[in-house]
Formats: sequence, structure tokens, C-alpha cells
Amino acid sequence: MSKDLNKEAIEPRLVEELDQTNLEKIITPVLQLPLTFDPIQRINDGFKHFKINEFNKHPEYFQKLAEKQKPKFLMFACSDSRVSPTNIFNLRPGEAFMARNIANMVPAFDKLKHAGVGAIIEYAILALEVEVIMVIGHSRCGGISRLISLPDEETSYDFIDRWVSIGEPAKAKVLAEHPNATGQELQTLVEKESVMNSLGNLLSYPYVRLGIANKKLKVLGGYYDFVCGKFQFLDVHHHIEQTTNIQE
Amino acid sequence: MSHIYRNNLPLRLKASREGVALVQETTPKIIKESNDCSDSFSEMRNRFLSFKKHKYLENLECYQELAKAQAPKFLVISCADSRVCPSYILGFQPGEAFIVRNIANLVPPFENGPCETNAALQFSVRDLQVENILVTGHSCCGGIRALMGMKDEEKSSSFVKNWVKVGKAAKSIVKATASNLSFDQQCKHCEKESINNSLLNLLTYPWVEERVAKGLLSLHGGYYDFVDCTYEKWTLDYQKNSQNKEKSGYAIKNREFWS
Repeated sequence: MSKDLNKEAIEPRLVEELDQTNLEKIITPVLQLPLTFDPIQRINDGFKHFKINEFNKHPEYFQKLAEKQKPKFLMFACSDSRVSPTNIFNLRPGEAFMARNIANMVPAFDKLKHAGVGAIIEYAILALEVEVIMVIGHSRCGGISRLISLPDEETSYDFIDRWVSIGEPAKAKVLAEHPNATGQELQTLVEKESVMNSLGNLLSYPYVRLGIANKKLKVLGGYYDFVCGKFQFLDVHHHIEQTTNIQE
Repeated sequence: MSHIYRNNLPLRLKASREGVALVQETTPKIIKESNDCSDSFSEMRNRFLSFKKHKYLENLECYQELAKAQAPKFLVISCADSRVCPSYILGFQPGEAFIVRNIANLVPPFENGPCETNAALQFSVRDLQVENILVTGHSCCGGIRALMGMKDEEKSSSFVKNWVKVGKAAKSIVKATASNLSFDQQCKHCEKESINNSLLNLLTYPWVEERVAKGLLSLHGGYYDFVDCTYEKWTLDYQKNSQNKEKSGYAIKNREFWS
């Protein structure tokens, strides 16, 4: 797309009819041409827009929020620049405590290896008392591609490989159930199964189990397909009960 | 005993909203993939449909291009706090920023070993070749408060405490330079100091430092104060820092305050 824009702007155009449509066809691509990218200006513009159009228009809302946050959701989403849940669900500040990492993974409870994710879950449930944990996967996930391409039984010391291998059970399950799947079909199956794997890993945290048993917490999966512009919820069945004392 | 067990019927919880059948399996599986959702999530569904109608379909060409590949110019490391989403307060649109969100927007140093933050760091720098990394902190950060409130060398079973220890160098600086201030003020100082600690930790990754040294990657700090809605930003001055290697501390440049 950008290549065409550049071409249109640089080559001289013979405009035979100077009507509105032709003018727009010339001017619009030029205006859209990226000038030298200034990262500071970009975030300055973004912040100004937020302050003028959101913060200043709802001072009471933001004042209350500044005192305390009480989000209903904890969301796990991929770091991918295309899948911000804020954009997709039009989330307002205060609605969702959000973890973003490669391939939206939740590792199983491990104090040594996964303090970062554990801290997010612990804080969200114990301090913020969120009601719903949502794990959102997506199409064309680079992390899942990497997981699929990982050779079996080889330990990599690469940071990315160590992280995405959390999804190995999902990959193994898909390969066992769909031995002939390849390419995009395989990718999509693993993307979705990895969400389920992460939901399962959530249950390895005692406060998640307790929250579910006490009916104060729900866990849910989702899958955002930005190729087709679709979203689906991925449901999970689990069997969580309060402990029962054996009495004589 | 089994009789008592049945009478004290435990809460058998199902995530599905269909029927009340006893669930036998303990492993999760996809029960249904459909575009329906329960009443609880009808709002999410409606919001997604609104996004699809007003943003996705109206910018279909852009989304189709993005579907092929992403080329974000930023890696943003931000806190998981619900009030500080970079997409919202800095207006990042789809495709613009690869975003990592963790407690207190911390970046652990290379020697701490693999974790989700440096996996994303590696992917964005090495594979996506982002040109800018922005570590953005904020006011009233619960994670920083937990760090400041911890006893030194405290051994805890809390995940939060084990994670925020990554910021202990920042805490030491604050304790050394601002111990006369109130606890709240010290926390505010630590929120900012921790950003710089994270920026310096970024340089412990060889593939980050290499690109910064070549001028291909810039490291920025940002601080969002949501009490008065201001944003402060600065850039790590790598050239100056590398010239003054014997000195402790760090040089920054281009500091701006937006209010």
C-alpha cells in the first residue's frame, strides 16, 4: 500500500479534469505520506488527543479512578500491535487490568520461573478482586508460529523459545488430534488450543480455584481473527469444588 | 461417609451456561465455538460488533494490510494497571506499538534469565526491529508501593513481592536521596526512578545495546500522572552515558512535560 502511495505522490500527474474527485485523488495520498517519523511527536499527539477528548470531558470519572481502580476484568492478550483489547472492545480506563505478553500465555504456577505472570494474577484477584479472567488469542500470532516451528526435544536458550514453549501441551494435543493439519489450518488450531491450555494453567493458581469455587470468579477464552474481522468466545468446562471434610 | 459427601454437595462449577449436567472431565476442552455468548458478555459482544462496524470495516484496507504483517515503530512497556493502557492514553492505533504489560512496568536485567518481558523484548527488537522502546510508568502504582513497603532482603511467598524486587536498585536510590520525604512522595520518586532503572536494564541485553549504539534504537522513559493528567517524557542519552562510564548514574536528554 505504501509503495503505491509513494509512487503516486512522486510521479507528476497530468490532471485533465480538475474536478473534486481528481483533486482528492492527488492530495489525499500526499497528505497520507509519512514524513520522517517523529516518535515523540506521535505520543505527544496521542496524549493531547486523550486529554482534550476524554480526560477533560469526564473529570469526575477520572478523579474517582485516580483514587482507586476496581476493574471487573483481568485480560491476557498478546503483545502484538494489532490486537489491543482496548481497541477491539473500546475499553475505558478502569475496566480491565491487563497483561500483555507474547502469544497471550499463562504459565502454570511457578514461583521461581514465572513470578511476573503470577504477580499479575495474584494482584488482580487478591487486591483488585476482579470477577472475570479472559485469555484472548488471535490470528497470525508470531509466537504461536515460533512454537510450531520449535524442534522436538531440544532445549533452546533463546528467551522467546523458552517462553512460547509454555504452549507445548497445546501443540502436542493438536498434532495428535489433527496429524495432517499444516500451514494456516495448523496455526489456527494451535492458536485456539493454546488459549485453552492457558485457561487450564490458570486453574493451577490456588486463588483462581478458590475464586471459582466461591462463584466470585469466572474464566473465559476468546479468539480474535483480524483477517476476517471475527471474534469468538472459547468456553471451558472445569470441575472445581470446595474441599469437603471427611467426617465420621 | 459417601452419604455425607453427597449431602454436603460441593459447588460444582461450570463455566458453560448450557444446562446443569455434571461435568466429568477435569481437563478443559473447547465445548463450543460459536459467536454466541452469555448475557454476562453481551456487552463485550456488542462492543466488538461496534468496533467491527465503525473501525474495522471502515478501514478494511488498513486491516487487510496489517493482517499480512505488523511493523510497529514502538515497543511499549507499561503497567497492567487498568487506568494506564497505552492504546488509550497515548492513542496507539492497530499496528503502531508492540505492547508489554506487567506489574509496575519493570524490565529485569539480562542476568535474571528468561521471562515474559524479555521474550517480548527479544521478539520486538530482533524480529520486528522496532526503532523505539518506551518504558512508561504512572502515578499511584501499587507494584511500586509494594516494593517501597517491603523490608530489605524480605523473603516472601508473595508473587508480587518476588516480582517487584526487580526494581530494588531504584528503591535504594530513593532511600538514599529522598528518605526525608513522606512515604507517598518516596513512592512517586520510585515510580520515576524505576523507569530509569528499567531503561538501564534494557542496555544489559547485548542485542539491545548493539542497536542503540548504532543509532537504530532509542530508549525513552515516560511518566503518566493520572491525578492531574500530565505526561513527562525523556530519552536516554546513550552517547553521553557511554562516554562517562566511570560515573554512576545516567544521562538523559529531551525531557518534556505535557500538561
